[in-house]
Amino acid sequence: MFEQLYNAIFIGSIYALFAVGFALVFSVLDILNLAHPTVFMLGAFAALFAIGTMGLPWYAAIVIAFVATGLFGIVLDRIAFAPLRRRGAPPLSAMISSLAVTLIVVRLVELRYGGDFITFPRGTVPSFLLHVGDATLEGVRLAIIVLAIVLMLGLTYLVRSTSLGRDIRALAENPRAARILGVDVERAIAATFFISSGLGGLAGVLLGFAYDSVDSKMGLPLELRAFTVMVVGGMGSLPGAVLGAYLLGLGEVASLVYLPAELRDAFAFGLLFLVLIVRPSGLLGQRVVDRI
Amino acid sequence: MDEIGDFFAAYSTLIGFVGVSALLALSVWVTLYAGQLTLGNAAFMGIGAYVSALLGRHLGTPFPIALAVGALAAGATAAPLGLTVFRLRGVYLAIATLAFGEVLRVILLATPITGKGQGLNGIPPKTELWHIYLSLAVVAYVLWRVQGSTVGRAWAAIREDETAAASQGIAVRRYKLGAFVAGALVAAWAGGLSAHLTFSIEPNDFAFSKAVQILVFAVVGGIPNPLGPIFGAALLTALPELLRPLKDYRDILQGLILLLVIIYLPRGLVTVAQLRRTRRLQEIGAADVA
Amino acid sequence: MLLEAIRITRRFGGVVAVNAVDLAVAPRQAFGLIGPNGAGKTTLVNLISGHLRADGGTIRFAEADVTGSPPHELTTRGIARTFQGVRLFKGLSAIENVLVGRHVRMRADAVRRLWPRGAPDRADRDRAAALLDRVGLAQRADALSGELSYGDQRRLEIARALASEPRLLLLDEPAAGMNPTETGRLRELMRALVDEGLTILLIEHDVRLVMGTCERIAVLNFGRKIAEGPPAEIQGSAVVREAYLGSEDVA
Repeated sequence: MFEQLYNAIFIGSIYALFAVGFALVFSVLDILNLAHPTVFMLGAFAALFAIGTMGLPWYAAIVIAFVATGLFGIVLDRIAFAPLRRRGAPPLSAMISSLAVTLIVVRLVELRYGGDFITFPRGTVPSFLLHVGDATLEGVRLAIIVLAIVLMLGLTYLVRSTSLGRDIRALAENPRAARILGVDVERAIAATFFISSGLGGLAGVLLGFAYDSVDSKMGLPLELRAFTVMVVGGMGSLPGAVLGAYLLGLGEVASLVYLPAELRDAFAFGLLFLVLIVRPSGLLGQRVVDRI
Repeated sequence: MDEIGDFFAAYSTLIGFVGVSALLALSVWVTLYAGQLTLGNAAFMGIGAYVSALLGRHLGTPFPIALAVGALAAGATAAPLGLTVFRLRGVYLAIATLAFGEVLRVILLATPITGKGQGLNGIPPKTELWHIYLSLAVVAYVLWRVQGSTVGRAWAAIREDETAAASQGIAVRRYKLGAFVAGALVAAWAGGLSAHLTFSIEPNDFAFSKAVQILVFAVVGGIPNPLGPIFGAALLTALPELLRPLKDYRDILQGLILLLVIIYLPRGLVTVAQLRRTRRLQEIGAADVA
Repeated sequence: MLLEAIRITRRFGGVVAVNAVDLAVAPRQAFGLIGPNGAGKTTLVNLISGHLRADGGTIRFAEADVTGSPPHELTTRGIARTFQGVRLFKGLSAIENVLVGRHVRMRADAVRRLWPRGAPDRADRDRAAALLDRVGLAQRADALSGELSYGDQRRLEIARALASEPRLLLLDEPAAGMNPTETGRLRELMRALVDEGLTILLIEHDVRLVMGTCERIAVLNFGRKIAEGPPAEIQGSAVVREAYLGSEDVA
């Protein structure tokens, strides 16, 4: 039982890191970045590259993954979103262009690494076991949980208490007013994408380490989870995304008891639709039905 | 005369695929025309494929009826999905249909009767080219005529500005649902035709990349009229097949084309001739594909 | 009374945008709604047109309770509107915009059109062309509405609103950005429409236009109605003057 709770919190942490970036871009720019799952995958592959090809230790790989995916996020914006923003295109176009990027990136990775699962070189991640009561737990997961919590606290601090965070919040509220008030909009947007993609990439590395497995399609199941998390927590709400992530983690692990493994995805789906029908604004969100 | 016959035989499957792709592109076109982004038409295609194939195999259902039941099954799934989602903002449809696609895939993988991961094999090759092209002609004609009707105009209004459309007396949700379900019906019909063309189907045929592929056809071809998606589908299906060595790069190429078109040519390739007019519209920030 | 708003209220978070406002608009008149910026005029119009749900109070149109009805239903009943800042269907031509406006009056023709010769009723097209002519846009019928000048777009929006043959027309700041000549023409158009039996609810910043057009005027400030009466009364009202002087704009 305790083991399951532990795993639930672990997977919830991964979902949270991933979803929070997704929610950040949505709340600031009102677009659904459908290329976000790719940074999850890219983070894991960046680490794979750092360790396998460059021979770096796991902690360096994590930093590299974060920075590489963060930069990718900025590039993604420049290529796929900024031109659309400039001409005032509707959010629909941004979704389509991010889909296009996903297709390209996933295929490119597949061409280089193939479509199968790849494991990290032996001894990459120090594996240690914890014994709590009768339970035997993977220590790596605890480290990941702690890291995730630290990062989310860091993000909260950034958003609440720094000038950059204030700029981002202003941008989220009212882009035109923000610009007039002297907010460096370009910088705020770049920062938003860097943080969002960096966290997403980090989630990917950490999951890759935990499961010792990386593959080109690993981002896709996360996409469904991210949607569910966002909808459950409330679209565009960062704390909502975190809350939703842990709820989903708990729910999924609990449902494993009752549902066959193949249907685990169905839990996320079911939850998504339940929320859409019953309480579309989610737990902490607002503004769901079309307004004027 | 012989050469034409040979050519035809060698390429008949490809010609079939082009036709099916065109139908799928039209199915997405309908919803895009109403300003909605659906990523579920690959899933509806899958429903049509599996339902028609299973009916034929287990109940000996005649081909046209199997196709029709497949289409209705997809429609019956699309309706409640749409009803749930169209109350909400536009992004929710993309989310919900993407999720739906994933879950259908999972269900197909888990259900014994569908052959799980192996899919279904040995589906009788009942589809003739004329079935496909007749369907295509009928669907294209119907959509073209509807486009110029009150319904088509309502869809265009919704695409341009939902709020203003509501003020003109248009029951926005109902029209969106109509476009969505129509798209599902067409996609499922195409799925049924496709299944009996390729003899075997498996869950991954109807997954995310297929959904994006269909979208690419429609967007690249263009939204202003039904010829656009047909053209886009023909171009993007035939081209990679004819350039066989590039098979691995097909997805990348399609992704690149989609990206370039959505950013620089939002009205699609069909209206390249109207490029001058398009540029002026872009300056006002008007008339995007969506 | 054609339109009645009874103690209509709407809050946004902590702010009460419209505070228990009573409004009664009799048929066949132009009724003006004025007030300083942020007084709640547009919110009130959005409530009447169904785009916003009221938090309290009732709306009655033609003796029927229409509180909470969605916009498209209200249009079917006979309420049409224009928007602050113009919301046209930019990718459609002028005449197509008007045809969309005519949606509730047109017979559904999708099925008929499946027959190759199933031509649409010419009557609707003619009616739309006539409306364009009325607002002076006959020459631009096939022009893309997004490419029209601002003044033309405003007039097109009015033509579009008239296409549904409404009984009540809500005009939200139709004269914004118009020069005196255009404003004069707008005034003439509105009076002509009222003479033909239409009822108009006019929200405007151009107080002179409102005074010169409307039989009756209501004044809002901070979400409350502070005055109502014929133009002369409003003009002489100390309360109204106070409200305007206390804010930025004096028209």
